[in-house]
Amino acid sequence: MPIFAAEVANTFEMNSWFFDNAWLIPALMAASFVVTLFFGKRLGAKAHVIGVGAVAASFVLALLTAYSWISQVEGYDGGAENAVVATELAAGDEFAAEDVTSHNVEGGGAATPAPVVTSVCWFDTGDAPNNNCDDRGAAKAVGIGTLIDGQSVMMLVVVTFISLLVHVFSTDYVSGDRRYTHYFAFLSLFTASMLFMVLASSTLQLIVGWELVGVCSFVLIGHWWEEKPNSDAAMKAFLTNRVGDIGLLIGVSILFVTAGNTFDIQTINNAALTGVISQNSLLVASLALMAAVMSKSGQFILHTWLPDAMAGPTPVSALIHAATMVVAGIYMIGRLYPVFWEGLSIAGSNLNAMALIGGITTVGGGLLAFVQRDIKKVLAYSTVSQLGYMVMALGVGAWTAAMFHLFTHAIFKACLFLGAGSVSHSVHSFDMKNDMGGLRKYMPKTFITFMIATGALIGLPPLAGFWSKDEILAGAGVWSGTGGNGTYYIPFIFGLITAGLTAAYMTRTIWLVFFGQYRGNGTPHESGPRITIPLSILAGLAVVVGFLNVPEELPLIGSRFGLKFQNWFEPGGGTVFPVIAHAKPSFSLAIVATGIGLISIFTVWTYYQRLYAKDSRATEVTGGIRDRSALARAGHTVLVEKYYLDHLYTGVIAGSTKGWLARSAYWVNQNIIDNVINYTGKGAAATGRFLYRYIDQGAIDGTVNGTGLTALSVGGILRRMQSGKVRQYATLMFGAATVLAAIFIIAV
Amino acid sequence: MTDFLNNNGISLMVFLPLVGVALMMAIPEKQEELHKLIALVTSLATAAVGAALLVKFNYDNSSALQFAIDKSWIDVVNARYSVALDGISLPLVALTLLITPLVIIYSWDHIPEPGNAKAFLILMLVLHTGMLGTFVAQDLVLFFVFFEVVLLPMYFMIGVWGGPDRLYAAIKFFLFTLFGSALMLVSFLALYWVTGSQTFDMQRLAELVANTEISSRTQWLIFGGMFMGFGIKVPMFPFHTWLPDAHTQAPTQGSVILAAVLLKLGTYGFVRIAIPILPEAAVDWAPIIGGLAVIGIIYGALGCLAQTDMKRLIAFSSVAHMGYVMLGIATLTTFGIQAAIFGMVAHGLITGMLFFVAGSVKERYHTLEIKRLGGMLTQAPKLGWILAFTSMASLGLPGLAGFWGEFPVILASYSPAPGLSDGLFRFYMVVAALGTVLAAAYLLWLLQRTAFGTPSEEFADDPNITDVNTFEWIAWAPILALILILGFLPGLLFDVMNDPVSAMADAVAALGK
Repeated sequence: MPIFAAEVANTFEMNSWFFDNAWLIPALMAASFVVTLFFGKRLGAKAHVIGVGAVAASFVLALLTAYSWISQVEGYDGGAENAVVATELAAGDEFAAEDVTSHNVEGGGAATPAPVVTSVCWFDTGDAPNNNCDDRGAAKAVGIGTLIDGQSVMMLVVVTFISLLVHVFSTDYVSGDRRYTHYFAFLSLFTASMLFMVLASSTLQLIVGWELVGVCSFVLIGHWWEEKPNSDAAMKAFLTNRVGDIGLLIGVSILFVTAGNTFDIQTINNAALTGVISQNSLLVASLALMAAVMSKSGQFILHTWLPDAMAGPTPVSALIHAATMVVAGIYMIGRLYPVFWEGLSIAGSNLNAMALIGGITTVGGGLLAFVQRDIKKVLAYSTVSQLGYMVMALGVGAWTAAMFHLFTHAIFKACLFLGAGSVSHSVHSFDMKNDMGGLRKYMPKTFITFMIATGALIGLPPLAGFWSKDEILAGAGVWSGTGGNGTYYIPFIFGLITAGLTAAYMTRTIWLVFFGQYRGNGTPHESGPRITIPLSILAGLAVVVGFLNVPEELPLIGSRFGLKFQNWFEPGGGTVFPVIAHAKPSFSLAIVATGIGLISIFTVWTYYQRLYAKDSRATEVTGGIRDRSALARAGHTVLVEKYYLDHLYTGVIAGSTKGWLARSAYWVNQNIIDNVINYTGKGAAATGRFLYRYIDQGAIDGTVNGTGLTALSVGGILRRMQSGKVRQYATLMFGAATVLAAIFIIAV
Repeated sequence: MTDFLNNNGISLMVFLPLVGVALMMAIPEKQEELHKLIALVTSLATAAVGAALLVKFNYDNSSALQFAIDKSWIDVVNARYSVALDGISLPLVALTLLITPLVIIYSWDHIPEPGNAKAFLILMLVLHTGMLGTFVAQDLVLFFVFFEVVLLPMYFMIGVWGGPDRLYAAIKFFLFTLFGSALMLVSFLALYWVTGSQTFDMQRLAELVANTEISSRTQWLIFGGMFMGFGIKVPMFPFHTWLPDAHTQAPTQGSVILAAVLLKLGTYGFVRIAIPILPEAAVDWAPIIGGLAVIGIIYGALGCLAQTDMKRLIAFSSVAHMGYVMLGIATLTTFGIQAAIFGMVAHGLITGMLFFVAGSVKERYHTLEIKRLGGMLTQAPKLGWILAFTSMASLGLPGLAGFWGEFPVILASYSPAPGLSDGLFRFYMVVAALGTVLAAAYLLWLLQRTAFGTPSEEFADDPNITDVNTFEWIAWAPILALILILGFLPGLLFDVMNDPVSAMADAVAALGK
């Protein structure tokens, strides 16, 4: 595009303004949090205006930043500007010229522009000599800053956009809530923390943002903390994430030390790619970081908090537990991809820990979605399953496919959650079996948007999910002609199974909610515009965003629009990103995957149609396979009991830690350690009495030496203390210590 | 002005509280308000002198001893009155200067039973002098005297104004600490003799030990004496049992000062005296210290989970938190020791704040039994939120002060100073990281049981349960603000101590290579 190229020169200044000042985006939301918290009450029912205004402004800034980045990419001709910038920097004293900010210029000559790092010094420590902040002269400080590249600008847009829609949706959904201002304040804080994490230029910032989004999630899950199940769910979320955070803390520590005492993400990535960090350290670090991913992004076996987190308000589930926070793990893997790439030897392999965890999660989560009667829980397990898809994609080396799926999933899953919110707003329940059914007649707008988003989730062409899911399956490199980075058979099969599962459980959900006969007691109604408009926007996008990354081979549009997402947002391979092979799309694979989905839909649909013909209010077959087969019954029970993981965690691990383990530790404290002290004290006092009565008074009778010796015994000191002779105590103490010291010197 | 500060500033700061004490002695007990006023003005004046010192402090040269005063004192043993400030003592002096006035403000309407504001506040001011003196002393004998001066007022504070078991707790506190002090004193005297130099000056001793042939066994033993003295004060497992009793029985003000400042005398001793003077022995002792520290982290957390009393739970949490501080010190690295000092200040603010909240809860509910509380967020929302905020800080949430005393310690344990076993310290690292989960568990569980839910019937309509009052706000706001500010700008503390800590760690590292 020649116009773009011409513009680049003119807009270079402007672009770099957005890159250098990206910190404003989270800062706006942080300010909104403070203002809402302290002044929101005065606005009463209008408390949301601050948050909505701030997030709208953030969204605009994020869009402009992304636009600047994209125009940079479009006009990029393989390192020309880089060269210019590099010479400019090299010409003067790099850091003296730019006092506070420093541009990190790496990866010159790659297919995309280099990431832009803007940082200032945060704090000094002699142990961290090279952390991308040199305004203090001596290089000993740890910096704090923003890292702008394709991945971060993409995520900026996703987070601010979904957050904006959720803010708007919430003004209706939680209106009249007992803690309206508090709700919006924490929505702002969450958005600020998430953006802070997205922009992090160092692993230390990543930890800060990572934990802050966790605490916002805790507060918002427990928003209605009067009821114990809600605060239980909040605690479970926080504690499970803490378990994973052990891995994060350890992983970051390992990378800090092995990459040469640095938190800087670019330096770490570079060190991982160039062999500065040993393969062994990378393996341990990536496994440790995987633990953090497992908890934050709901991977088996640390996913159990995510379905419980549905105790929070539904818009929160849409924003935090579907679109943004839960993808933090995926984002982090993407950020430190060279570490995982080298550590897990992703290229040329056929299985690794990440792909396996993702694969198991995607199937395991999908299965659990079948036995839920709460619509939000279905969506929660569906999220678990889809997050598994993304992790699996990263595990097989399909970075762009994972990020693209993150992007499309954020849109259609937010639409589904908000749709579920709209439904529950109308029927005042989340129970699909008792309180829903036939809602398509009452809530047409919600119905249509929900259907579109479901289609996108199942992956029906040409909706968004189709394109991203297809890329992941192709990325496994198994199907003939796809290429890829290895031949990941097991993940590929898991992926196909999930395609079928997703179609099946979503069909079940759709049927239970929108088809059949209304089984509730109230009179359902369509929701207001502040709910339906966000739904329509998301559904509209769920139709079109898939075209951002259609294969270039696609007839008609491929040559013009193909692979935009990949070109814009994937870092160029080289110094800070591995050289990744891109799988080729396969027409036959797309047909097979879609076919599996269609067969599943058809099967489930027929099942419910027959059921409906027999009894218009029925939600499950009586005398079905579960009643006939013990194996099916057992399988169903295992699913209903969520693989018994909650029993293990809550009952066995947490129960015994705060139960017998804590109690016995305390028993030891009170009855053993403390008694040693008590008896020593009593014994000393007795000795003191004995010495005083028989030796001091009897034999030596008050000579200085004798008193000194007496004072040595604790009881003696105590007696003197109690009689208030402080000066005597001091003298005695010095005396006694001198004697002991003398003995010591002679002895040693 | 500058000259005056240079020559007398520290002495003025340390002894100003005693001027207040002298004044208050002369005033009859009945004039309570006047006593409170004098105490407050004195502590504020002290803080003002301290603030002037902090402003004049040369931050570019924070490893140098500044405002040094060196006068002859006890000539017979060459003990000198030598005081100074550097980047290590500065954060702790600042903490002390802040906490004492706030505690006095809190006392305005919270003089504990059996009353007598005069005696109570006089003890507080004596304590103030003792604490400040310990942090600025540069002579071992002077340090020891201040270290012991602290003991008595606290003994009386617990013994007279404490809870039902106050006598047992006070005596236990006193004897335990005294036992440690005696061994510490033995070590000081031993240093005096073995170096053959007959000086108690800390810096001189460090140079002398480096240049004198002293067998490593002797050094090990001398360090051991200090370890007992400082370790009991910290307190380290298994010498911690005085702490839950003292904290639980002490009046709120006593608990706050104990947690905020007194525990730091021990950890400060390690950083100021034990490691710089005996770096070789420090390397030998580090695995033991680190081991006890991580046991303390897990053990303290388990102890917390077993508690039924809110105040005792907070007390036990100190054992765990000081475990992180000691682990940081045991790594003998710059970042580790920096984190340890940061952790001292952060723990002082956070746990001090938690004790304030516990005191106010007790005053309103007349109980601290966790299962009887509940729904505090409904009845006294601001108090409840302060508890939630401080608990979050205590469990090491990034963005709040506690994080910087925790994560860098874990990080530093991955690669401790040369001469220490990487494998062992990496094991400690994993255990310490596990401790962060337990910390979250006991604090959130406390929060769930006290703040969340609905008020129990017993207290549902109790008019006594009111929200935070003015005096509480004045006393707490600075602490809450600092917890947040230090969380976001850790450089405020890290930068000051970087140079002196680096110098110390470099000296240790040079030995191990």
